[in-house]
Amino acid sequence: MINAILVFNNHGKPRLVRFYQHLAEEVQQQIIRETFHLVLKRDDHICNFLECGSLFGGSDYKLIYRHYATLYFVFCVDSSESELGILDLIQVFVETLDKCFENVCELDLIFHMDKVHHILQEVVIGGMVLETNMNEIVAQVEAQSKLEKAEGGLSAAPSRAVSAVKNINLPEIPRNINIGDINIKVPNLSQFM
Amino acid sequence: MPAVSKGDGMRGLAVFISDIRNCKSKEAEIKRINKELANIRSKFKGDKALDGYSKKKYVCKLLFIFLLGHDIDFGHMEAVNLLSSNKYTEKQIGYLFISVLVNSNSELIRLINNGIKNDLASRNPTFMCLALHCIANVGSREMAEAFAAEVPRVLVAGDTMDSVKQSAALCLLRLHKACPDLVPVGEWTARVVHLLNDQHMGVVTAAVSLITCLCKKNPDDFKTCVSLAVSRLSRIVSSASTDLQDYTYYFVPAPWLSVKLLRLLQCYPPPEEAAVKGRLVECLETVLNKAQEPPKSKKVQHSNAKNAILFEAIALIIHYDSEPNLLVRACNQLGQFLQHRETNLRYLALESMCALASSEFSHEAVKTHIDTVIGALKTERDVSVRQRAADLLYAMCDRSTAQQIVAEMLSYLETADYAIREEIVLKVAILAEKYAVDYSWYVDTILNLIRIAGDYVSEEVWYRVIQIVINRDDVQGYAAKTVFEALQAPACHENMVKVGGYILGEFGNLIAGDPRSSPLVQFGLLHSKFHLCSVATRALLLSTYIKFINLFPETKGTIQEVLRAGSQLRNADVELQQRAVEYLKLSSIASTDVLATVLEEMPPFPERESSILAKLKKKRGPGPGPEGDEGRRDGGAELNGGGEPPPSTASTPSPSADLLGFRGGAPAPPPAGSSLLVDVETPPNPPPPGGAPPDDAFLGAGPPPPDAPPLPEADELLNKFVCKNNGVLFENQLLQIGVKSEFRQNLGRMYLFYGNKTSVPFQSFVPTLAVQTRAVEPGVEGGAQVQQVLNIECLGEFRGAPLLGLRFRYGGAPQSLTLKLPVTLNKFFQASEMGAQDFFQRWKQLSMPQQEAQKIFKAAHPMDPEVTKAKLLGFGSALLEKVDPNPDNFVGAGIIQTKTLQVGCLLRLEPNAQAQMYRLTLRTSKESVSKHLCDLLAMQF
Repeated sequence: MINAILVFNNHGKPRLVRFYQHLAEEVQQQIIRETFHLVLKRDDHICNFLECGSLFGGSDYKLIYRHYATLYFVFCVDSSESELGILDLIQVFVETLDKCFENVCELDLIFHMDKVHHILQEVVIGGMVLETNMNEIVAQVEAQSKLEKAEGGLSAAPSRAVSAVKNINLPEIPRNINIGDINIKVPNLSQFM
Repeated sequence: MPAVSKGDGMRGLAVFISDIRNCKSKEAEIKRINKELANIRSKFKGDKALDGYSKKKYVCKLLFIFLLGHDIDFGHMEAVNLLSSNKYTEKQIGYLFISVLVNSNSELIRLINNGIKNDLASRNPTFMCLALHCIANVGSREMAEAFAAEVPRVLVAGDTMDSVKQSAALCLLRLHKACPDLVPVGEWTARVVHLLNDQHMGVVTAAVSLITCLCKKNPDDFKTCVSLAVSRLSRIVSSASTDLQDYTYYFVPAPWLSVKLLRLLQCYPPPEEAAVKGRLVECLETVLNKAQEPPKSKKVQHSNAKNAILFEAIALIIHYDSEPNLLVRACNQLGQFLQHRETNLRYLALESMCALASSEFSHEAVKTHIDTVIGALKTERDVSVRQRAADLLYAMCDRSTAQQIVAEMLSYLETADYAIREEIVLKVAILAEKYAVDYSWYVDTILNLIRIAGDYVSEEVWYRVIQIVINRDDVQGYAAKTVFEALQAPACHENMVKVGGYILGEFGNLIAGDPRSSPLVQFGLLHSKFHLCSVATRALLLSTYIKFINLFPETKGTIQEVLRAGSQLRNADVELQQRAVEYLKLSSIASTDVLATVLEEMPPFPERESSILAKLKKKRGPGPGPEGDEGRRDGGAELNGGGEPPPSTASTPSPSADLLGFRGGAPAPPPAGSSLLVDVETPPNPPPPGGAPPDDAFLGAGPPPPDAPPLPEADELLNKFVCKNNGVLFENQLLQIGVKSEFRQNLGRMYLFYGNKTSVPFQSFVPTLAVQTRAVEPGVEGGAQVQQVLNIECLGEFRGAPLLGLRFRYGGAPQSLTLKLPVTLNKFFQASEMGAQDFFQRWKQLSMPQQEAQKIFKAAHPMDPEVTKAKLLGFGSALLEKVDPNPDNFVGAGIIQTKTLQVGCLLRLEPNAQAQMYRLTLRTSKESVSKHLCDLLAMQF
């Protein structure tokens, strides 16, 4: 099982944090800090696994991480997961982000946190791997976007309409329209009433 | 086209994030965040109903603030509103907030569960998935209670979409992990197994994960999965790299699923059916063959995926441990990886080889790689890899390689990382002992250990070397000579002084013939270290000095001078002062014969499991993996020195024997009808001549056991001491009895203080125990206190506490009183720490009805979690945090240590504040222990 997924940048600023076991806020922050210190002091060509001691309260856990440009992706897993498998999974996640954001960069993670969470949700739920097939994941994310767009179209309309109605000072409108020589057909306002 | 278009974000959110990013200081950032929090709070509280868009925006802001490390304690209600919306975008963000910021407020959970229920029933696959993800992410008990029945239905329903099935399988898995008791096995189990045949690979993958977890509890229910898994695996392994289209990852067909299937097979023994087995062996061979083929891609992802399968296949081969041919091939493959340029592969190869080393078929094959592994220990840049190399060396060590491996590990120790030094020390000590043919080598090794890494040599290690030297007379002279030489170093570690002091005190005479190590030289050498040492070491050295007086009468004058010095006789430390006073007295009044008897050489220690081994096991934690294997192998192996004669009952342990915590060696007649062994000694107060070595207790004839029945309130008094060790046991207008006790493993020591509250002396004061005892001073002056010390050993399980009878005369009137001594079974509880997974695994293992004892009872005291915690700790169990999904519950684990058996205990206490009730559940491997502990503990709350 995956206990936590942590993404932070080279300065230790968390960019995506997901815990799959219940931990108090302070504990989470401490784990993020300690994980960062453990990972930071390792150079890039040594192994991608390290035992995290009692960080999660057991000897069974390992940190498996990859370093991409400015970001560290760290998965904390127990012994039921294959180390190389998780390493692949990190790659799948990052490649998926890259496809969804077109050349993903740290800023995308910052400004589209909700999206990143939704993408992660298609890969891992409750600490278990849901899907490893990138095309399938991207298809799900695209389906989500479509839904959002469709709703955006629908939901945006009424709210615009409402504010439009609020701003309209009905008696004035005909007068305004009549000013000048532009002849505009007065819309039939009855539907708004 | 990117799936996420960047333009449609929320402007307010972007502005806020930019603001935060532009903050120049932490203070400015906090200020900005607080401003935003206040803003959101007022928006949420305001009268104006917020539309979905604004709610979503604010919730996103809260998530961002949470990510920055600030606690968020509001917004949950808004999130619940969002997830109940029928707009996807709002629902999605509502669920996200709830699963990231889990809250255990029960009213809130009811609302969330309601939303989930509606979505599960909606037949809209997108909504169903969102709901299932939320259950899986939160995975709380309340959710398990609400949905454990529903999720399996969704999973096996014929018309469920693939994506929903995938989510449902993992959701069920999570619920099973969180609350195994709530996920019932039903007719759906058979259908889950058949998901292995599903068309959709994603569904199969999720199903394999689920079955792997479920089958551990009920292997028989899922047995049919073996043949299905084998055929699925065989189809994947033999497929061309293009057959599986989307599930081919960098030219490797379905690596993730293959790994999962191989893991599943590791839950079962090799298939019995010849056809299935043949097919599986073929698969494993194919995987091994593929490793030798040239890579289809230069990308690291390709080799990663390929090797993930390979390592899992090797793990399965090791698990079966029945195909010598495959085992040797696996070993050769790992041997190649040991020299691979990828650090990850070297790491994994070392780890897998550890497991291979314990197989009889491949042990020899593993040994051929010894030089490579030693090379890894010396040259790897990565501490994780070096640690694995040390583990492997330990696992592959046998009589033929021991000297080489121990030497390498010792030299590695000089530069080893601090984090792993103690473990290396333990390993070296164990190997040196286990494979010692020549005990002088063993002594050298341990002394080297102390020299190189004295700080990391734990008590167990130096206790053990003393045990062994005492038990083997062929090495005593050598040991004395070696420690003498080692002590000559200008700066030597305190542990060296301890070992040196002890050994010279026992066997210094063996080297005293040489004028270079004459008695006075030995004494001078030891005493030159005295002032730099801690109290414990100085106490030990004082015992050495008195032993010297016996061994070498010529040192008597010098040593008495030292003992008489003000710095000893008036030492502020009571232990040192007492020793100095007693030893001085003893040396001046006892005759040579008495001295020789009291200070006789230590008797051999009884053979027992090496304390170091126990320590290493404890350190590594119980659990699966190579450590577990080591433990199994070592436990079975006969430790050296096993043939020692049993301790003679006429022996005289020296006063410092208890310093070593080896009281188990003290001779003792078994007390009739009780599994508790209590010996009673009266300490010198003021010190009588003779220093009261513990065996005094056995000189007095056992007085009659207490005749009166215990006081009616004796049980209640006893009850007060279940969770504490010190306090007032009994008090009336005449007398106060105080107790101080400490327990370690199956041994305990108890001090009883009898205080006379009157101004008249008590006469004929006789406390008696149901077991042998010795009288204390027969009179207790008015206002005075006498003290009695009991050494206790728990021989086996017991229920009744030993009785303490008191008889004395107060002003001519005979008084008598019988109490229960506060010694209950839980005193011999040794706490064990473990993680949630371990705990639940053990919990499951103890699932037979007679192993469990449960009580539901009303709280007798206010329900304060801190008090409860303290009581549970006092009870002796470890308190395991974050094991129970409900943070209000307490779980604990420990081992009841008796001389004859050890009983593992798990406990769980569930307070219900509303009902003012508790539910207490104990599971142990012994029915009577479960019940007894449950009874004892239930009285405490």
